[in-house]
Parts: sequence; C-alpha cells; structure tokens
Amino acid sequence: MKTATEVQVSIRSDTDIVIARQQARSFAAQLGFSGTDLTIIATAVSEMARNIVIYAGNGEITIEAAQDGAQKGICVIARDRGPGISDVARAMEDGYSTVGSLGLGLPGTKRLVDEFHVVSKVGEGTTVTIKKWRR
Amino acid sequence: MEVPILKQGDYLIASIQAALSDEDLLKLRDELADRVGRFRSRGVIVDVTVVDVMDSFASRTLRTTAHMLRLRGAETVIVGIQPEVAFAMVQLGLTLEGVTTMLDLEEGLTFLDQQKKRRAKRAK
Repeated sequence: MKTATEVQVSIRSDTDIVIARQQARSFAAQLGFSGTDLTIIATAVSEMARNIVIYAGNGEITIEAAQDGAQKGICVIARDRGPGISDVARAMEDGYSTVGSLGLGLPGTKRLVDEFHVVSKVGEGTTVTIKKWRR
Repeated sequence: MEVPILKQGDYLIASIQAALSDEDLLKLRDELADRVGRFRSRGVIVDVTVVDVMDSFASRTLRTTAHMLRLRGAETVIVGIQPEVAFAMVQLGLTLEGVTTMLDLEEGLTFLDQQKKRRAKRAK
C-alpha cells in the first residue's frame, strides 16, 4: 500500500478534534509507529486540535512524514489565524490558562513529543509544530 | 455517538463504545446526573476500555462527572483505562485526582459492593 505523503484536517468544531486524532493515529501506524507511541501521537494531536477550537475557532492540522538523517518519524503542524499568544513562555507553564481550562494543553503536549515548536504573532495566529521520532 | 447506560440493581453502568466528541462527553455527564436521581442509584461505573485517547478535556469531564455524582449520592468508578492511555495521561499531567479507578468492570462492581456493605454497617 502506498502511504499518503500528507494528511490535512480542517478544524472547526469538537468533532473535528476526534477526526484529527484518528487520522494522526492511522498515518502514524502507516509510518511504522506502534502501541504506546500511537496513543501518544493521537493524544498530542487531540490537544493541538483542541487549542485551535478553543482559542482560534478554526484552523487546520497537517500530518506528514519527517526525516532527519537516519531518524524517521512524524511531523504534525497545527495552524490557525486566531488571536495569537502574547506570551508564549507563559503559555508553556503548567496550569496557566486564559480560558479556565486545566492549562495543560501546550506544556502537556510538549512532554509527549520529541520536538516542539510554537510560533505565534498577536493578531495573526499561531503555528504549533511537533515531531516524534520512531524508536 | 451516544453512550448506552445500563441499570443493574443499585448501579448504573455506562460503557463507552466508540470515540467520543466533547459534546458526547458532556451529554454523558448530564445523563448520568439525571439517571442517578431517577433510579436512586448508589454507584456508577464508567467503562473506558475502548477509549484510545484521554486528553485534557475528557479527563476533566470524567472528573467533574464523578464529583457531581458523589454530590448526588452515588459513588463513581472509572474502569478500563488502557496501559498506553494511562502513560499518555501521566505525561500530560492528568491524574484524575479524587476519582476512584479500577482495573475492569468486575473490580469496579466488587468495589461498589464493598462500599455498599460499609454504608449498611454504618447505618446499623
């Protein structure tokens, strides 16, 4: 079976969060991830999609294969054109939330993956990129 | 996807059958709070064996549900958290604090029966 090189899911409502994490899980399985890693990837994508729904209303998730030398893995990009994060360092603190949630979304997601990167500009939107390498 | 809720004696058993959206989870919470009153249930088991992702929202909603039901007089037990789901939850910092969790349905029912006996003894 040929592996799709990229999967895109547009995120507009809470049901899209479920679709995004299911897509991420099956894409990761095609890339050769297994067991615990599949759950971890699906959970990370769930949090990323949730951030889009909560803070921006809509956006998109792109899932693709990642490679760095001999390392192979998965890369997930969550993009929105929402209000942006004014203080990224603060948003990465456990328990910090502007909407009364648990505040575990971003810092929690970071703990689940190997690479984590946030680019955000107030008034323009936020892009969160994660990578997880196959062991 | 609605979660079927079975009534078994004093207990309610909700077994999640498929991936749930946020809205489905909130519906489950409200439905359980309602039925605990309607059936005067003393215990509730939520079976999450097939749940493959427990993110911050699902965790928080289950925790709220358990606390709500306790205030309504019913003890809640979450059963069936899979090992990889448990691992992801711990990494995320989700511990379901203050909520009783048991390995499976059988253990959950045993726990509720013990609680009931304890309650009956206290009432004597």
